[in-house]
Amino acid sequence: MRVEMFTFLLAGLICLGGALGVVLFRNTVHNALSLVATLFGVAVLFIAQEAYFLAAVQVIVYAGAIVILFLFVIMLLGVDRADQMGVDPIVGQRTAAVVFGVAILGLSLVALLSGPEVVTGTPATTAALSSDIPDVNQIGEALFTDYVFAFEITAVLLTIAVVGAVVLARRSDGPVIDEDEFDGTALDALALEEPSDVGDPDQDTADGADPGSGADETDPDDLEEASR
Amino acid sequence: MLLNQFLLLAAILFSIGVYGVIVRRNGVLVLMSIELILNSVNINLIAFSTYHGLGGQVFALFVIAVAAAEVGVGLAIVLLIYRNRRSVDIDALDELKG
Amino acid sequence: MIIQVPPTVPVVPEQLDPSAVPLAVPEIVWSAVAPALVLMIGGILLLTVVSLVRKPLPSWFHATWTVATATAAICATVPLWQRVQDNGASSEMAGTVGLDGFSLFVTGVICVSVILAALLLEGYLRREDLVGPEWYVLMLLSASGGVVMASANDLIVLFLGLEILSVAVYVLAAMHSRRTSSQEAGLKYFVLGAFSSAFLLYGIALTYGATGSTNLAGIQTFLADNVLVDNGLLLAGLAFMLVGFGFKVAAVPFHMWAPDVYQGAPTPVSAYMAAGVKAAGFAGLLRVFVTTFGPTYREEWMPMVAALAVLSLVVGSVMAIIQTNVKRMLAYSSISHAGFILLGVAAASDAGTSAALFYLLVYTFMVAGSFGVVTLIGRKGDGRHSLEDYRGLSRARPGLALVFTVFLLAQSGIPLTGGFLAKFYVIGAIVDEGLYALAAVAMLTAVISAFLYLRVIVAMYFAGPAGAEEGSEEPAEFAGPPVRIPAAAGLALGLALVGTLALGIVPGPATEVTRDATAELTVGN
Repeated sequence: MRVEMFTFLLAGLICLGGALGVVLFRNTVHNALSLVATLFGVAVLFIAQEAYFLAAVQVIVYAGAIVILFLFVIMLLGVDRADQMGVDPIVGQRTAAVVFGVAILGLSLVALLSGPEVVTGTPATTAALSSDIPDVNQIGEALFTDYVFAFEITAVLLTIAVVGAVVLARRSDGPVIDEDEFDGTALDALALEEPSDVGDPDQDTADGADPGSGADETDPDDLEEASR
Repeated sequence: MLLNQFLLLAAILFSIGVYGVIVRRNGVLVLMSIELILNSVNINLIAFSTYHGLGGQVFALFVIAVAAAEVGVGLAIVLLIYRNRRSVDIDALDELKG
Repeated sequence: MIIQVPPTVPVVPEQLDPSAVPLAVPEIVWSAVAPALVLMIGGILLLTVVSLVRKPLPSWFHATWTVATATAAICATVPLWQRVQDNGASSEMAGTVGLDGFSLFVTGVICVSVILAALLLEGYLRREDLVGPEWYVLMLLSASGGVVMASANDLIVLFLGLEILSVAVYVLAAMHSRRTSSQEAGLKYFVLGAFSSAFLLYGIALTYGATGSTNLAGIQTFLADNVLVDNGLLLAGLAFMLVGFGFKVAAVPFHMWAPDVYQGAPTPVSAYMAAGVKAAGFAGLLRVFVTTFGPTYREEWMPMVAALAVLSLVVGSVMAIIQTNVKRMLAYSSISHAGFILLGVAAASDAGTSAALFYLLVYTFMVAGSFGVVTLIGRKGDGRHSLEDYRGLSRARPGLALVFTVFLLAQSGIPLTGGFLAKFYVIGAIVDEGLYALAAVAMLTAVISAFLYLRVIVAMYFAGPAGAEEGSEEPAEFAGPPVRIPAAAGLALGLALVGTLALGIVPGPATEVTRDATAELTVGN
């Protein structure tokens, strides 16, 4: 019991430390590395509960593939941009986040601690983990018997992910249309198959050529539209 | 058993993830926070599976597969937006309001 | 870092011998999941055909293929429907898929929304100079996810179906590669969708912990046989699942994404989101809450669902009135429609479920038709969606204005349209349960939302040009380039119009079908 407790505390601390790092660090690369720490901590917790196969999957798929994907995108976007990501968000957002986080934590804790016995202790309705067969065998067997349909439709999900990622990554030809230009002249110009950058001079053409100005300028049209 | 502690840990991790999703402005970081939530779910599932049998472990496996698919598509959308607007700041996406 | 690893399990060689461990492979009846299979295979075949054929295929080919696939899926439900009516419901695929009238009916509704959206998409893609069969492929695959979700008998399958449905729609929403607002809509939908999926998942995990099973039939029998002394875990699970579903069906207070996403997404995709995705979300909600937890935990979840319904009705109709963008207006009106359907869920009775199903069918026709008209009025660039752009439509395109008027009147619940009966049945179902206050709120908000539909109709028929003084006799001139109606879009509008009116004038067959479309959770065949 003492060893289990020690393992749990250590892995739990790594998990929570990593999680806090993900939400608090300012540098995006540090966030991704903190995520790795959390994922390893979770993998250790899996091992502590004899879910060896899942621990391996956790490390290989999550830490090995998904985090690499994150890092890849971060590098593609440019690491030096990372510093501005930590600036204070819009007014009230941080407070709202804290309130939501604490409220959800409180709710969960009340639910978890409301009784002396957390789970009902009922017998398993699926095959119990029998300790003399490796869990890989058991999971494999379950995947091809009880959960065979779920296993098969996962293929559809992965197909969608592949098709979707390829389609979105494909470069488009033709001008990019910014919604701000949908007033009067710009639209008529568009309908006449002319270049779409004949709108008001204070609106940027949003073809992405000038970083910064596209996102931050305050547009008079936006203020009018903000009548919600 | 240690079940209670695992559930507690998962609840805390879940809350941190929710905090991250709400407070972070960078699309990539929001995605990472969602990964935190999914991991808290997995901790729960594995903890329950020591009581209830294999179902939880199999479910966790599917959750990992779904997370991979979601991250792939999500990062593709983030890249697409970055290419057109040079910004991954979700709050700077100002066109949709009214 | 030193971690004490518990003693590993010794691998006994004879355990690895295949003959030593006979695998009890479940009986797989492919015909039982035929509709979902048809949609999946149709989508993947389309992708394959298009990649193999060297020269680009005409754009009508993709749309025709999609419509044919969805029609085939509807046809595939007919023999299954007969089988269910004759032999009763069954569960297939090792008990993870339920075959019952409910799942087959929702399958039909989702396929109808695919047909209408695909027809609208054909002209839209040509107008916007967008290519690619991927739109149709993703739409078909997404519909297959919705079908899986509607027929799920296991929370794992339900979750996977939801993800198949949602991930494809995230991509579809972001897929107008030259409109930045479409990509914003995609990102917003993705972030909030993934967030809500995570909530749903957390709820499922807690429910699994409390009941020991992810199988809906298993949960139902467990709860029927056992009284939980301490049900905090299960209640938290129910609450988190409700939040997750609430996001998916855009119920207030989980609706923030809907107006932005509906406005920014390509309009035919908005039509599909409003019709098909919502139908699948409600199917999951009904299956989990009404069918699984209805008999035992109705008292606990009913007030939560009723609160969501009331908030959706009030906020949806009030916020819709003050919008000036017609797409946002339709988004808020779809939130108030979600409130009506949630009333059917809150009734938690067979009548309530039938009413919700009837509402979903009618709503699919109405909302797909409305977004169809909006698609056409948007014209090239998909950007003319303000109320101003509808001024004088009755003179420029009298037919289109008339059709839109019918859809809007149907949404407001005018008699002789399906919208009236849909609202009538839902209100009837909750009155049967003695929930008079809810019925009163529903009728009040129906009156409020009638104003908003009238606002659009007035703009089309009577309003003077922008800036003219009130009461000007001169009808407005329709501004901008002429509205073109592609044949496929015309067909879609015609189908939606026929559906909306037929369900209002001859509701008999549809109500009989919805009455038989009951959800049952069965163990084994």
